[in-house]
Amino acid sequence: MKNRITEFVVGLIFGLGLIVSGMTDPGKVLGFLDLAGLWDPSLAFVMGGAIAVGVFAFAAAKKRTISFLGGAMHLPTSRDIDRRLVVGSLIFGAGWGIAGFCPGPAIVSAGAGQPKAIVFVMAMLAGMWLFELAERMSHRAPPTQTGAR
Amino acid sequence: MLIDWTLFTPWAALAGGVLLGLASALFVLLNGRVLGISGIVGGLLRPRAGDIGWRLAFVLGMLVAPSLYWLVVGPTQPRIDASWGMVVIAGLLVGVGTRYGSGCTSGHGVCGLSRMSPRSLVATLAFMGAGFVTVFLIRHALG
Repeated sequence: MKNRITEFVVGLIFGLGLIVSGMTDPGKVLGFLDLAGLWDPSLAFVMGGAIAVGVFAFAAAKKRTISFLGGAMHLPTSRDIDRRLVVGSLIFGAGWGIAGFCPGPAIVSAGAGQPKAIVFVMAMLAGMWLFELAERMSHRAPPTQTGAR
Repeated sequence: MLIDWTLFTPWAALAGGVLLGLASALFVLLNGRVLGISGIVGGLLRPRAGDIGWRLAFVLGMLVAPSLYWLVVGPTQPRIDASWGMVVIAGLLVGVGTRYGSGCTSGHGVCGLSRMSPRSLVATLAFMGAGFVTVFLIRHALG
């Protein structure tokens, strides 16, 4: 239960960070992506602030074999720079540039009751589901399974 | 490049960014995981026992955040100019793309770059580049 509360609080802090930084406003995000128009550099400052803190935490995490709550570390180990990574990221970026939403801000805005954010999240889940189906059909992903993490 | 001085909010951006960094720091040090929203949510679509509760708890926190903000500060006024159809297309592309690309702005952009991951750098450059080009096409080249 303690872990669930921790995870909830971290999600809350993350959501607040997105709101305070203005990233839940697609207008601000698109303002950053609009290099040829009136350019709003705010997003770069958001990333800068986040990475400035993150660098220290991840340097510390790299050396750990268990988390501070005594659980396993689950840091990604893949180092492949492959077509999936690049093409997937290009597709994501295109979608991001269309509506100015990426997953986090869309979910937070949906939580605020924004109708278009809610529709975006539903479409995003549908897209993620399509990916799952494609993976299972090409046998890359196992069927849903039980078992400890 | 013309800077939009009326909309540029350096201090709020930095403050919010620090909160995002703090959340990412807590998540990796307490939970042992990268705070990548597309991964956290995507994992809900291939549920395994013992792997669901933490994801739901985290997402619930995100969903509650705007209500807390509203109570303390007030309502936000996001500008969503995309049409309903564009929103659906955008959502589909983001859903498919983040899963193939194994991450999004939080996973690759914040956490990946914080870890100095070359993989995340490539991903970030790719989605940023695609974002810049897409907005240019929509706002300046087409229609």
